[in-house]
Amino acid sequence: MPRLNNPRVTLAIIAVALVLPLVIQNFLTFQLTLVLVYAIAIIGLNLLTGFNGQFSLGHSAFYAIGAYVAAMLMDKADFPYAMTLPVAGIACFVFGFLFGLPALRLEGVYLALATFALAVATPQILKLSPLEHWTGGVQGIVVNKPEAPFGLPLTEDQWLYYFTLLITIVMTVLAHNLVASRTGRAMMAIRDNPIAARSMGINIALYKSLTFGVSALYTGVAGALGAIVVQFVAPDSFTFFLSISLLVGLVVGGVGWIPGAFFGGAFVLFVPNLAESFSKGLSGAVYGVMIIVLIYVLPTGAAGLTRAASRWWRAKA
Amino acid sequence: MSVRDISVSFGGIVALDGVSFDIDDGLIVGLIGPNGAGKTTLFNCLSRLYTPSAGAILFEGRSILTCPAHQIADLGIGRTFQNLALFRNLSVLDNVNVGGHCRTRSDYFSDALHLPWTRRGEASLKSRSHEIIGYLDLEAHAEKRVADLPFGTQKRVELARALASSPKLLLLDEPACGLNHEEVEALAATIKQIRDDRAVTILVVEHHMSLVMSISDRVIALNFGRKIAEGAPAQVQQDAHVINAYLGTGQS
Repeated sequence: MPRLNNPRVTLAIIAVALVLPLVIQNFLTFQLTLVLVYAIAIIGLNLLTGFNGQFSLGHSAFYAIGAYVAAMLMDKADFPYAMTLPVAGIACFVFGFLFGLPALRLEGVYLALATFALAVATPQILKLSPLEHWTGGVQGIVVNKPEAPFGLPLTEDQWLYYFTLLITIVMTVLAHNLVASRTGRAMMAIRDNPIAARSMGINIALYKSLTFGVSALYTGVAGALGAIVVQFVAPDSFTFFLSISLLVGLVVGGVGWIPGAFFGGAFVLFVPNLAESFSKGLSGAVYGVMIIVLIYVLPTGAAGLTRAASRWWRAKA
Repeated sequence: MSVRDISVSFGGIVALDGVSFDIDDGLIVGLIGPNGAGKTTLFNCLSRLYTPSAGAILFEGRSILTCPAHQIADLGIGRTFQNLALFRNLSVLDNVNVGGHCRTRSDYFSDALHLPWTRRGEASLKSRSHEIIGYLDLEAHAEKRVADLPFGTQKRVELARALASSPKLLLLDEPACGLNHEEVEALAATIKQIRDDRAVTILVVEHHMSLVMSISDRVIALNFGRKIAEGAPAQVQQDAHVINAYLGTGQS
């Protein structure tokens, strides 16, 4: 698998990412911020599914929990927005870890079903009237858009973009370190052959449940960032469809390839809009066809494309 | 290693019925028997994949039956599998690195932060893995994905992975299965060499009789879940029970 371990390529990408919001419109900057948010969530899903072989259709629930924790902290407790991220991350880690414990007994499609249940239940629980005081019920919660600090000459959208970019880079580097480490090898060994992994001394229960927690943490941080960027949370933003979108992003980017999350994030954000511009009434069908074509042409996603491109580049050089 | 009177049954079928034997340090012990004799079941008990319904298994004087399966490698018992059980999508080097999992320490947090001490651990693990890869003549394949390699090479990777846990006792489940004639001869030399160079006690389950008889110091024969013979290879080969088990008694 190709890794972003070519420092020149990495630096060039970061340079472009830094300059971009200065030359494009605010709305596009806002959209790019959301691409980064989805990318973090997809990295979380990739750690679980791509590297550890556990399926989840429930990541919309972790995203929702992260988003609500952030929104409630800002709305009810006047938390500074940046401080909501670690709280949302830890809350999701604990929830994901606890959910991962009983899920240890479930494999493949059964785990997919259990996580599906989580995805379906979460929006309804958020609407419950006893919780309405905190969650705002069906109405959700509106949060204020943070301004750029230290008197920086940036619009709110530009500042949020840079803030999200910083978090994204940190989260990507951490994930990259993780999968290249002893822990990452143990995760992949469990994915490829659990029985042999156990005979090599790997504590499967520990790694699986911790990975579930860390995956939820990533998605929860993404949810919290999403709440800050969109300035609004409501139960129906976090339906099962969001889980599927993240899964689409994972496959499009490349299962088991961390940088693929950025391709996946861009796909999930831009391609449905693109489909809508073709035909308003049939946008879903057009989106569906696009996915089928992409899977057919590029079954290994952006990962396969990048690998082929870098091979071609080296052959040429 | 001492196996005392262990029994295993699946449903109503008795796979092992009161089997006992000892393995002295530094020996190569062959475990033979017709199909269904209980060899692999016994192996899976020794590596804690199965728990026997009765009996005890002692390793260096203490019972392993209270140990969870993932701590067996830690105790110094390594194994290979009858049908390859490699981590298919990982490189040869990473497969061997996973073999060294129980000899290294790290945690989620330090690994994500890539802290200096995990870097040092990685470096020493990597050099150890390369030593083993060189020892088994796999250097040319180190960075290749395991699933892309020929069967015989994959079997050597399994051996390398097992050695990476620095076992005191190595369990080999049909190491010759699927290998051609030359590969089997090379394997016999390798197994003896591993015992001599690395002070490893080896228990090998094998159908390939000439291999077992040529490398083993002792041979144990099983049939229908019971031990029917034990002794030097030549002695077991002559044993009437063993001949009956393989060829039948000629009486019905």
